Amino acid sequence: MNRRDFVKTTTLALFGARLYGAAKKPRTVITIFQRGAVDGLNMIVPYGERAYYDARPTIAIPRDQVLDLDGFFGAHPSLQSLLPLWKNRSLAVIHAAGSPDATRSHFDAQDFMESGTPGIKSTRDGFLARALAARTGGAKLRAVSLTQTMPRIFAGSQDAIATPDITKFGNAMTAKVFASMYPEAFEAARVLQSVQAASTAAYPRNPLGNSLQQLARLIKSDIGLELAFTDVGGWDTHAGQNTPLANNLRGFAEAIAAFANDLGSRMHDVTVVTTSEFGRTVRENGNRGTDHGHGTVMLVLGGGVKGGMHGPWPGLGREQLFEGRDLAITTDFRDVFAEVLGVNVFPGHKARPVRFSAS
Amino acid sequence: MSASAGERERAAHVLDRLAFGARPGEVDRVTQLGVDRWIELQLHPERGDDAKSDARVAQYAREVIPDLSAQRILRAAESERQLNEVMLDFWMNHFNVFAGKRLDRYLIADYERETIRPRMWGSFEELLLATAKSPAMLVYLDNARSRGGALNENYARELMELHTLGVDGGYTQKDVTELARVLTGWSITRPDDGDIRFVFRRGVHDGGTKQVLGVTIQGGGMEEGERMIRFLARHPSTARFLATKLCQRLVADEPPPALVARVALRFTATNGDLRETVRAIVTSREFHDPRYYDAKMKSPFEYAISAIRAAGGTIVNPLPLARELRKLGEPLYFAQPPTGYADDAETWGNSGALVARVEFALALSTNKLRGIRIVTSDADALAKQLGAPEFQRQ
Repeated sequence: MNRRDFVKTTTLALFGARLYGAAKKPRTVITIFQRGAVDGLNMIVPYGERAYYDARPTIAIPRDQVLDLDGFFGAHPSLQSLLPLWKNRSLAVIHAAGSPDATRSHFDAQDFMESGTPGIKSTRDGFLARALAARTGGAKLRAVSLTQTMPRIFAGSQDAIATPDITKFGNAMTAKVFASMYPEAFEAARVLQSVQAASTAAYPRNPLGNSLQQLARLIKSDIGLELAFTDVGGWDTHAGQNTPLANNLRGFAEAIAAFANDLGSRMHDVTVVTTSEFGRTVRENGNRGTDHGHGTVMLVLGGGVKGGMHGPWPGLGREQLFEGRDLAITTDFRDVFAEVLGVNVFPGHKARPVRFSAS
Repeated sequence: MSASAGERERAAHVLDRLAFGARPGEVDRVTQLGVDRWIELQLHPERGDDAKSDARVAQYAREVIPDLSAQRILRAAESERQLNEVMLDFWMNHFNVFAGKRLDRYLIADYERETIRPRMWGSFEELLLATAKSPAMLVYLDNARSRGGALNENYARELMELHTLGVDGGYTQKDVTELARVLTGWSITRPDDGDIRFVFRRGVHDGGTKQVLGVTIQGGGMEEGERMIRFLARHPSTARFLATKLCQRLVADEPPPALVARVALRFTATNGDLRETVRAIVTSREFHDPRYYDAKMKSPFEYAISAIRAAGGTIVNPLPLARELRKLGEPLYFAQPPTGYADDAETWGNSGALVARVEFALALSTNKLRGIRIVTSDADALAKQLGAPEFQRQ
């Protein structure tokens, strides 16, 4: 059985429908990839753990600076703009999440995450491409990646386009000369040029804000967008991490908060997921930074999400760490995506519900 | 008759792969000279005369990124030493340094001109060692700041994963940490002490005994790192990894395994002689097999330069083109991850990229690309030729 059949028959029919309930209209799913391996422990801080402070004498976020979430975890102060979403229970935080493969190579870990098959390099397509194939939407433009090149996560899909700027995708003059040579691309361009919806919210002036603003316009225009992807870099903080991490997290949080504000009640039809290839060492390194680790934190927000902390916390005690040095993983990223997408597009993986979905 | 037609196709193939595409009349010139003779000349860039190109780039000699980009573009478009420029593109990407990282904005010019360029046809070991001691790499992958008892693993990991053994080359997390210990003290002089140079800081070197890949290293000084870097350069995994990557660049995204194996053997037999390694590829039966003609997607840089060459364009000012490369998705010197840019059709072949390329083709053909002048009687036809699917391949 090929993978497409696997998805369409086994998973969708049996597993997907039974476990997650037959969805009415599937939500638009936005995936934000934090490339470079974000330090999940300073993003969502386990400030109730003494071991956290012992391992990070110079870079830990002090107890009195975290934004308390539940008396044990607190958000990095730069995530202030996400607090309203936490308070209205539309933000789920899944800590100690990630890919079970032990690689600490950025490239391999991103590849494994985007193919959705940790440890297997021969998978040709990306899991969002498989999710798109499993869905039945009939719009002319079903999936967009707000990136310069087509990401691995959409590999193998004929229905996705990649462009960093939807407003500059195919002008009228080039369409005149090239539309017959590349009919599909210019059909997509026509759809994008038909987008009229304005975006009113105040987005931060950064690439993620720019990408999410474009996605908000696409969603408000009802073109039938089903899946979208964008990525944001700068998380590979090997040295002097506190200032750049604070700045990056602020830009990240402000962009997502602006997106949620912009969509308003339309946010009910949208789910946003954030992920990163792995986390970083529990112990700070010799340069007030952190090296490549294992578990990290994922966020899910939007329609149908039951806000709060989800997933078991493995602890930071020496014997609790992965390979004696890194945050262990208690929630497989595939379980998070299977729940968000409403379909298990991960061959060989028996998905377990994380239960952040409101029923 | 058919033999000479085949020879013309072979000439077009080598101009696609071992050069940045053919200029008008160039396929005939290479056919006339003889394809194999042309290849041999390209394998010895030091023998040919390139005075015209040297004179052109001389006005961009400052150690700043605009000048460096200008030189890179002009050499790729106009130098007679085309394979030299193809290999520069390969090695700068293999040993990627991101100009946006701290001091690298200032260090990358020296890195390209003094570290990479002079060592592309010698032994891999010397090239590797030179990058390991280059201030640009020491800053980019943080080794300059790694100290005994206060390690930074970044460079040690990428040295094995990306520069030598490959991710499946048989090292463990323990090897990464131990190699980082070996390399403690490999650092740079302070910026306020004038020119930034490599320095070994004995005071922060971890003098303990280490074990890397089964090798025991007694505590010493800088020679520990030199020994391990030479060991890595000669490791069988390195031969296999480099042979694969070079064949991917020059032959196909999925190169024939038998060719990769032969190239790896040649690499090992010649102690990593890069001229002989490249020669083993470009003189192979597989390289010249018509099934691999047009089998590779051009990268944005290859596409832009080859379009200008095919159109017989004149570069009046190379700087606007550097900005165009950003729009096409491959800004020179600004690949952030240590992997550099991808080199396969999956990455560059999506519809968004194609739309950007046809816009470039149309702008170039209608003389709307700043800094480039072309002469054509039929701009529409030229745009269609440069925007066509066939021209995206090489």
